[in-house]
Amino acid sequence: MAEIIELQDVGKRYGETDVLSGLSVSVRADVVTAIVGASGSGKSTFLQIVNGLIRPERGRVVVFGEPLPKQNLFETRRRIGYAVQSTALFPHLSIVRNMSLVAQVEGWDRERIRARALELMALMDLEPGLGERYPHELSGGQQQRAGICRAMFLKPEILLLDEPFSGVDTLTKGEIHRRLAALLAVEPTTVLLVTHDIGEALMVAADLIILRGGRVEQCGAVTDVLAAPASRYVEALLGQGHAA
Amino acid sequence: MRLELLAVAAALACFSGGLAAQQAPIGVGSKNFTEGYVLAEIMAQTLESHGFEVEREFGFAGTLVAFEALRAGEIDLYAEYSGTITQAILQTDTELDGPALAAALAPLGLETLEPFGFDNTYAIAVTPTLARGLDLARISDLRAHPALRFGLSHEFRDRADGWPGLKLAYSLPHESSGLEHGLAYQALLEDEIDVTDAYSTDGDLIRYDLRLLEDDLDYFPAYLAMPLARQDLDPRARAALASLAGSIDEAQMRALNAEVVVNRRTFADVAAQFLGERGFAVDEPRARSRLQERLLANVIVHLKLTSIAVLAATLIGLAVALAVYRSPTVSKAVLYTAGLLQTVPSIALLALLIPIAGVGQVPAIIALFLYSLLPIVRNTITALITIDPLLRRVAVALGLTQAQRLRAVYLPLALPHVLAGIRIAAVVSIGTATLAAFIGAGGLGEPIVTGLALNDTGLILQGAIPAAALAIVVELVFEALERWLVPPHLLTRQAVS
Repeated sequence: MAEIIELQDVGKRYGETDVLSGLSVSVRADVVTAIVGASGSGKSTFLQIVNGLIRPERGRVVVFGEPLPKQNLFETRRRIGYAVQSTALFPHLSIVRNMSLVAQVEGWDRERIRARALELMALMDLEPGLGERYPHELSGGQQQRAGICRAMFLKPEILLLDEPFSGVDTLTKGEIHRRLAALLAVEPTTVLLVTHDIGEALMVAADLIILRGGRVEQCGAVTDVLAAPASRYVEALLGQGHAA
Repeated sequence: MRLELLAVAAALACFSGGLAAQQAPIGVGSKNFTEGYVLAEIMAQTLESHGFEVEREFGFAGTLVAFEALRAGEIDLYAEYSGTITQAILQTDTELDGPALAAALAPLGLETLEPFGFDNTYAIAVTPTLARGLDLARISDLRAHPALRFGLSHEFRDRADGWPGLKLAYSLPHESSGLEHGLAYQALLEDEIDVTDAYSTDGDLIRYDLRLLEDDLDYFPAYLAMPLARQDLDPRARAALASLAGSIDEAQMRALNAEVVVNRRTFADVAAQFLGERGFAVDEPRARSRLQERLLANVIVHLKLTSIAVLAATLIGLAVALAVYRSPTVSKAVLYTAGLLQTVPSIALLALLIPIAGVGQVPAIIALFLYSLLPIVRNTITALITIDPLLRRVAVALGLTQAQRLRAVYLPLALPHVLAGIRIAAVVSIGTATLAAFIGAGGLGEPIVTGLALNDTGLILQGAIPAAALAIVVELVFEALERWLVPPHLLTRQAVS
């Protein structure tokens, strides 16, 4: 089982605060790994270190079997999808142009872009007509799904999801989960999902990374973690999930 | 005599007409007051009747500007006064006559031509009623009436050879208040003031029937009017202008000025009649350009000035904004500098540019360019730094290079603000460009400047109304441009904010 992402003794501080202090963890390829933990535990920082948005002060970050390059990071980033909370679709571009922004830059022709957009929109249950609309003309749930289509447009080997479903109601969230699962069944990829919702993590992920104060509290397959919580903290966290 | 003149003129016209045709046009300038315009038009038409092509650059804001234009070769000649040449240009207190004046002007590459024949010196004017009532005929007579109210033009009050010297020479006990020269006569008639300064050939003296007091101590220096020209002026042009030597006396000049200010005739008309009476064949259509043609020409120059300036400011402003917006410190410094430029009054900026860029359209464009920078740079920087950080983060995470992010995301998002900045720059420039006429740049400011000099509201409106209309048209064009370039939902957000 190949390890596509590996962090060794990674440290990151903002001012006086250590956000990550000696984080060492690896992620399995082609499964969904959920990163959970309280606010300030370093979840989002972890994610942004993987695509180079944040540079750690120390430690080693290996992505695709190579240390993350310092220059020309954009080539690596195009192999990593990224979707965030509140969708962050570009308001001046139609849905299809949002999705295909990098594809256009890479010189895809119109037909190829159209075909790929329709394929993804079908998988995420977006009507083809929505493609020409502007983001503000879509519902919150539709925007979330469009955001995932954008992240998946270039068939990335890694998909980073930074609490992308936090803004929508439970019913819509469930629907998006099902759609994402359907998409991943057709196009398997390594997914890192940051969420503060342990219920969501347990439902979607195969592996769990539980962070606490910038370190790994416990990691492993969901079943293993559930069977043997490493600490009272993990136990309490999992308890929330069952309650939900 | 008259026949002779005609013959000479005709011969000269034939002789020079053929040759002058290939020559560069002769630039005739004027300062922005009635007599300056009339004399300039007389000189221009004289040259034209001798076959020269003439470029009229009228309405320079004062001696300094006209003189700089002459030295820079923007114009080849304009009408100036002996007193002004010695005092304001050569800055000497001694009154210089023929050879001494020529010697002083030679190092500047300038020379005076034969005087026109009249002395437009300062004079002291009162109403006929007052003159009769107090038996005033000479300036010395004022001394006996210390209660008289002196309302004097600002320039006269400031000049050493004006009020301070006069008060001393005649031991006048009066205090004076300053006011605009154009308003002084009105103030006299409305009994707001009793005494004011005037120019001895002022046409308004006829209109308001004012009395000039005799300068019995011979205090005022001579202000003999004469063409002040570049030494490299075509000798044949000089010969043509020689026909004007001694041809206008004070009464005649006053009458010509009055034709303009009282009877509302154009300078060209008055000059053509004067020359016609003296036997010059004046080319009618050239002498009288029609209103529509003048208007169109002014609008074209105005659009040229503003569009070059705003276009350059857009290109450079955008480049500067893009270069600095990622550094808050540098951005602040740039905005501060641009803001500082904005606080320099336009007339002052134009005056400051004269030694560097001369007069005419170039300094006007430079000034408009500098004024246009601030709104464009500020709006662009503000728009770029206020883009939602999450959108920025996503643009980076998608794998767009810096240039691609700018082109595909940041600039389109900033576009409504950038367009608004350009729009402000364009509208403000159209207004400010009217002031450029003071340094001979032409445009819609020209009738305004002339109208101000003549106190002619109609003429002022000939510049002001088209300028206002132009500003409105530019607003509409930019509105259409925004609608075309910016998605409607981003536009409404812009309108609300």
